[in-house]
This record gives sequence, C-alpha cells and structure tokens, in this order.
Amino acid sequence: MKPLLIAAGLALALVPIWALESFHLFQLTLAVIMALAVLGLNIVTGYNGQISLGHGAFFAVGAYATAIPMSLLDWSFWATLPVSAVVCGVVGWGVGFPALRLGGLYLALTTFALAVAVPQILKHKAVEAWTGGVQGLFLLKPEAPAWLALTPDQYMYLVALLVAGLCYLLTANLLRGRIGRAMMAVRDNPTAAEAMGMDLASLKTRTFAVSAIITGMAGSLSAAVVEFVAPDSFTFILSISLFVGMVVGGVGSILGSVFGGLFVLFVPNLAEAISRSAPGVIYGAILILFLFVLPDGVAGLVRRFTTKKRIIPGRETS
Amino acid sequence: MEGFAHQLVAGIATGGIYASVALALVMIYQATHHVNFAQGEMATLSTFIALTMIQAGLPYWVAFFATLVVSFIIGALVERILMRPVQNAPVLTHVGVFIGMLLIISNATGWVFGHTTKAFPTPFQSDGLLFGGLVSAHELGSTAVTLAVLLLVYLFFAHTSLGLAMRAAAYNPRSARLVGIRVGWMLALGWGLAAAIGSVAGMMVAPAVFLDPNMMLGILLYAFAGALLGGIDNPTGAVVGGFAVGVLENLAGAYVVGTELKLTVALIIIIGVLVVRPSGLFGRVVFSRV
Amino acid sequence: MGTTHMLLEVKGLRGGYGPIQVLHGLDFLVEEGSVTALLGANGAGKTTTLRALCGMIRTEGDILFQGQRITGMATEEIARLGVAHVPDGRGTFMELTVEENFKLGAYTRRDGEVQADFARMWAWFPRLKQRWKQQAGTLSGGEQQMLAIARALLMRPKLLLLDEPSFGLAPLIVQEIFGIMRRIREESGVGILLVEQNANLALELADRAYLLETGSIVTSGPAAEIRQDEAIRRAYLGY
Repeated sequence: MKPLLIAAGLALALVPIWALESFHLFQLTLAVIMALAVLGLNIVTGYNGQISLGHGAFFAVGAYATAIPMSLLDWSFWATLPVSAVVCGVVGWGVGFPALRLGGLYLALTTFALAVAVPQILKHKAVEAWTGGVQGLFLLKPEAPAWLALTPDQYMYLVALLVAGLCYLLTANLLRGRIGRAMMAVRDNPTAAEAMGMDLASLKTRTFAVSAIITGMAGSLSAAVVEFVAPDSFTFILSISLFVGMVVGGVGSILGSVFGGLFVLFVPNLAEAISRSAPGVIYGAILILFLFVLPDGVAGLVRRFTTKKRIIPGRETS
Repeated sequence: MEGFAHQLVAGIATGGIYASVALALVMIYQATHHVNFAQGEMATLSTFIALTMIQAGLPYWVAFFATLVVSFIIGALVERILMRPVQNAPVLTHVGVFIGMLLIISNATGWVFGHTTKAFPTPFQSDGLLFGGLVSAHELGSTAVTLAVLLLVYLFFAHTSLGLAMRAAAYNPRSARLVGIRVGWMLALGWGLAAAIGSVAGMMVAPAVFLDPNMMLGILLYAFAGALLGGIDNPTGAVVGGFAVGVLENLAGAYVVGTELKLTVALIIIIGVLVVRPSGLFGRVVFSRV
Repeated sequence: MGTTHMLLEVKGLRGGYGPIQVLHGLDFLVEEGSVTALLGANGAGKTTTLRALCGMIRTEGDILFQGQRITGMATEEIARLGVAHVPDGRGTFMELTVEENFKLGAYTRRDGEVQADFARMWAWFPRLKQRWKQQAGTLSGGEQQMLAIARALLMRPKLLLLDEPSFGLAPLIVQEIFGIMRRIREESGVGILLVEQNANLALELADRAYLLETGSIVTSGPAAEIRQDEAIRRAYLGY
C-alpha cells in the first residue's frame, strides 16, 4: 500500500509543472523549499531536542554559499550545492559545539541572538565585497538542459522537488535507523543515554551539522529560485517562521515538516491581505493555539486518524 | 568620536536600561525558570500606551505612573491567562508560547499604533550637554530614574513581608505553600512587577532611540547578555551585568567593532558566558542529578 | 457545649501519584492535644498520607479538619486553616536566613503576638537565635530540623504533621527533638500526627498509634498497648 501511495504522491507532485502558471508554480516551489528548511529544523529540535531559534542563519549561509559562486564566479547551480553542504556542515558543527554546554532555554536564547545578529554580520564592511552588502547579490535562475523542454520556472520546481525529495528520503532513512533512535534517546533522557554509553557530544554536534546542511540546501535552492539574496531577507523573522512551521506541522515528524513548509509560505500571504501586521499576530496566535490544543501539530492530527489505537500506554514512535 | 569619558557615562546610562530589563528577566526566571522572550515587546507596548496618554494631554509624570499600573496589570494577566495553563509543559512549549507572545504583541502594537517611528518626550530637558560635555540631561535623568527603580525593587524584596513571600515562592514553591503562601498569586505579582519595571526601561530609552514596534528587540538581547553575565538567577548580578554590558557595548561600538556590529557584541557576550561560565559571575553553579 | 469535632478525622482516604495508587482507603483520627503516631516500614505510604492530608497529591475520600471537609483543597488554603506540615527533607528555605524562615512561618498571621512567639522559639531553640542571620542551608541537620519545627509552630497551627523528624540525625539530637515534641504537647495543646520509622521512640511519645502496610492500616490502638504487644512489634515494626 505504502509504495503505491508514494508513487501516487510523486505523480501528483509533478502535475503542477504543467498545470500551474508561472507565479503559482514559483510559490509552490518556495513551499517545497520551506518544507525542506523546516525538515532541517525538525531534525535538531524535534528529533534531538536541541531548541534552535536561529535556523534562519543556516538558511542564509546556504543561500550565500550558492549566490556568491553563481553571481561572482559564474559557477553553475549544481556545482554550488556541494560547497553549500560543506560550508553549512562546518558552520552547523561550529554552532553545535558551544551548544553542547547549553540546555533547552539557554540554547534557544543563544540561537535567537544568532538569528538577530545575522543581518548585521552580513552587512558588515569586512565581507561586503563578497556578500554585496545591503544591496545584496543578483543571480539568474539556471536554465533547463536542452533535452528537457521546460521553462526555468518549471525546471527549478523540478530541481527543488528532486533535492527536497532526496533529502527527505535520506533523512527518513537516518531517523528510522539506529542513529535516529539514538537522537531521540538523547532528546528524551540525556542522562540515561549517556549512562548507556552514547557519546552525547559527538551525536549532538553531528545532528546540528546535518540539520544545518538540510536547511542550508533549502537556502541554496531559494537563492536560485528567487534570483536574489540580501541580508534583510534573513532576519530573525525567518528563524521564527521556521519554528512556527515546525510546531504547526508537527514537531518530530517528517510529514509534519511538509505541512510546516506549506504553512510558512501560504499563511503570511493570505494574512497580508488583511493588514500589514496581521501575519505576525496570526502567526503568534496560531502558534499559541497549537501549543495549547494541538501540540503534535497537523501531523499529529493526521496520525490520530490513520493509525489504529494502541492499547499500550506510552509514546508513539514516529 | 566622542570623548572616552562621555562614552563611559553614556554606557552607564544605557546600562541602567539594560539593568532594569535584566532585572525583570531574572525575576521571572527565578520564579518560573523560564526566560520571557517577550519582555522587550511588553515594554514597547507599555511605552506606546504612555505615548497615547501623553498625546491625550496627561502630564508626563501622571502618564508615567499610570503606565506603570497598567503594565503591572497586563503582566499579571498574561501570567494568569497564558502561562498558567502550560506551567508543567516541556521547555519547547514554553519557548513557543513566549515566541507567540513576542509575535502577537509586537505586531499588534504596530497594528494599533502604526509602524512609523515616533518621537517620545523626555522630562529631562537641557540645551546641549552638561558637566562640560560629559552627559546630557536625559542620560542623567534616565540613569537616576532607573537607579531609583532598582533601589525600590531591592527594598521591596529585602525588607517587606510580601517581597519575602515572593522570594520564598520562587525558591521553594512547595514549602511556600506549606506556610500558606498563595504561590499562584505570587507568580502573577512577579510578572506584573517585571512588566512595570520593563515599562520604565521603555519610557527611558524611547526618547533616545525613537519609538517603533521593534524598539526593544536589541535592548532585550543586551539585557539577556547582562543577566547571563551577572548570573541568570541572581538579581544583584543581573543589575551589575546590565551596567557592565552597557559600558562594554558602548566602548566596543566606539573603539573596536563600529556601531553596525553592536548586536554581535551581545551575541559574543552571550556565547562567551554560556561556554566559559554558565552560571555567570555571581550565579550559583547548578548540577543536574542523574 | 456544642458538638466537639475530632481535630482530624479521615475516612476512606485513597490517593497516589499519577496512575499509581498508594493509599487504599485509610481510616484514622487525631484528637485535639494528642500525639498520634503513624508507623510502618519504608514504602508503606506514611509520607504519602501526610501529603494527601495537605492536598499535595490527588486524593479521594473524606478528610475532615475540625469538622470541615478539606479533601481537594489547595495546600496553601489547608495551611491557612491551621495545619502545619514539616515535610520529609525538612522543607526549609535554604537560601534564606533563619530570621527569614521564622518570618515566613508567621506570614499568614494577623495577630500581634508574633514577636512574643519569636521569643518563645528562641527560648526553646537557643541555637537558632545564635544563627539568626545565617543562611538556613549552612545549618546542621539537627538545627535545620529544629528550624523546620519552629517555623511550623510559628504558624500557631492546631495540627502539626511531622514527617520522620528523626531521619538522618544523631541519637542525641533525636532525643532533643523528641523532648521538644513533648513540650509542644504539654505547653501548646497542638495536636500532632507523627510519621516515624523509629517506632520505639514514637510509641514512647504517642497516645495512639496506627500501623500502615502497603497503603492500608493493619492495626491500631493505644500506643502503650502496641508497645507491649510483642507479636505486633515483631511482625510490623521489626523489633
């Protein structure tokens, strides 16, 4: 049953390439990208229990890791992806290292400070030559190869789908296996995990690194799709949006990340129709509502309707 | 580049602001072991309320004290309505609720009061700098006000029965209940007090940085850094830390990194403290039991 | 005279932690001005019983304090009615001074005799007066126990609940503490419900005793009788 559903899902995902006109396809592409970004956050916060309010920073790093080579050095988009992965991995590991000393609240605090500081750092004179300073960098969407008769917008949607799909697959594999269980053990009972011989430090920093790479990939994709990067695109609001998306979609849920991505993209657009301030208020209200009423997010709701009830009390694995 | 002495004095003035907000943060942390991410936004809201009163014709100090009262009430209400239901929830939920509050308050403030920057009056007027270019009347006045507030808070906690009860409720809620202290009300009181203190900080900083919905975000981070530096569970430490950060920020901004990177200084202080000495200069070192 | 109520009357007390039920329907009484002992082995549910009386855990059943039903009331309200609980671990405010601990004991009092009571406590516990401005956490185990009792007495309670006052203390200090409890009974008329592992000492002091085993009362009676009954002592009290 499951392989059939996945195949159907894939087919469904390809339809928009021909069914949607340019702007809506662009939006859907961004939704896919956001879903990937939220997945990254979910890995470190949902599955590993390290609260990050600064994932926008990794998104930014990935975006610039693609934008700088493409804009200044004329590289192709695909060539920048490994660069992005490496840089984000290093930065992620670098953030994960001091993070080891910090528990829930302090980590949230520190990553929040990081999120606020990122635009400032990006605008600084010392790196202006590379980042383009306040004005940012412009790039061009990659063209589809000749044998694929697609417009750049359609091509990017396909690319985003491919990259995101691959990341989701790899993540799912990782999380369902031994490492995933180790991550969750650390989240649920760190002292017990350590007592059982797990190397907490190594696991936690590597989780941060992986999480940064995934969100960084999303950032890279967004740079190419939007064709523009600037420091003010990566304020703390981005980090908060990812957080909200994760909670609403479902903390610690791969499926939830997809819902989260859709939420992050479409709700602000809808809300902005009401007033400029509405998105923020609605975001905040929905976040609090979900925390009070639906702490497992939309994914939790879906799970309740699709899994048979268990008799054994205790937590569900996912 | 202004004289070193002026930078130092200005640093103390802003330090007073940070010390006030840091104190508010520590009060809530002590009572609940949670950091109120929305502290800054609540202070901004209070400042807008003050502005509304002033524009409606109320004399400055009447509006000032009325704002204190209103802020107190808002803080207590937030605790009862938003914090009470999730008091036993995991850390992630608490962080989420605080973030939600931050979003709602800062955006609602923009919605109601508009997003344009506004000027906020100061009761301390002077033509130019006093004491031979050392300090402006506002800097002097705001430092005096924040110091007065901090002194009053100290006296309240150290020498009144209610202050003692609040401290007891924060240190040991179980034992506090056993002597008849209504711990729930103490929490609400603590939040109200923190909100009132935050509102003073807002009203003192607004004349210098101009009032807009995001005024306090940077200040919040500096206050965090100060509270951490002093010891997140130590009120005196938080105050000292706040002043220290104010001076450090000003000097670093003037002589080391330039004003564009000042927030990064806050980040570095935060990371530095948490990595080198998480309990801060004066805090207690806490070990977690297996 | 109108109807006199028992100081404490408990019927069918059930309670526990989360899904775990610890108390399975207890019935017992505490008379005014008397000392009642609640004895039993580790894990019998003695501490849980005291917690249930103070509303610290979920409870069902009838708890009547001076005729008033207090089941389900909040801990602080029960305290304000006149129930002083010295919990396991003493419950002192470690970060606060001895003086501040005293003041907290008298926190809810509105009469003018608090200073007089302070003086009385200084007479009973001269060491606490010596350490007046010291942080409670720096006191020895015995001093902390005395501080906890002093704080409870400063509430001018009608019922005093004591959870293992002898725990972890040297025999000499334990004697001192039991001497204090004798004084309490003689001079203040406060009713005492005493939970103790040291059954011998408890039975010497008490008027009445209840024996608890895995959440149920297995036997009860005048303390003197229980003390003399070898069979009971061997079976439940280990001596």
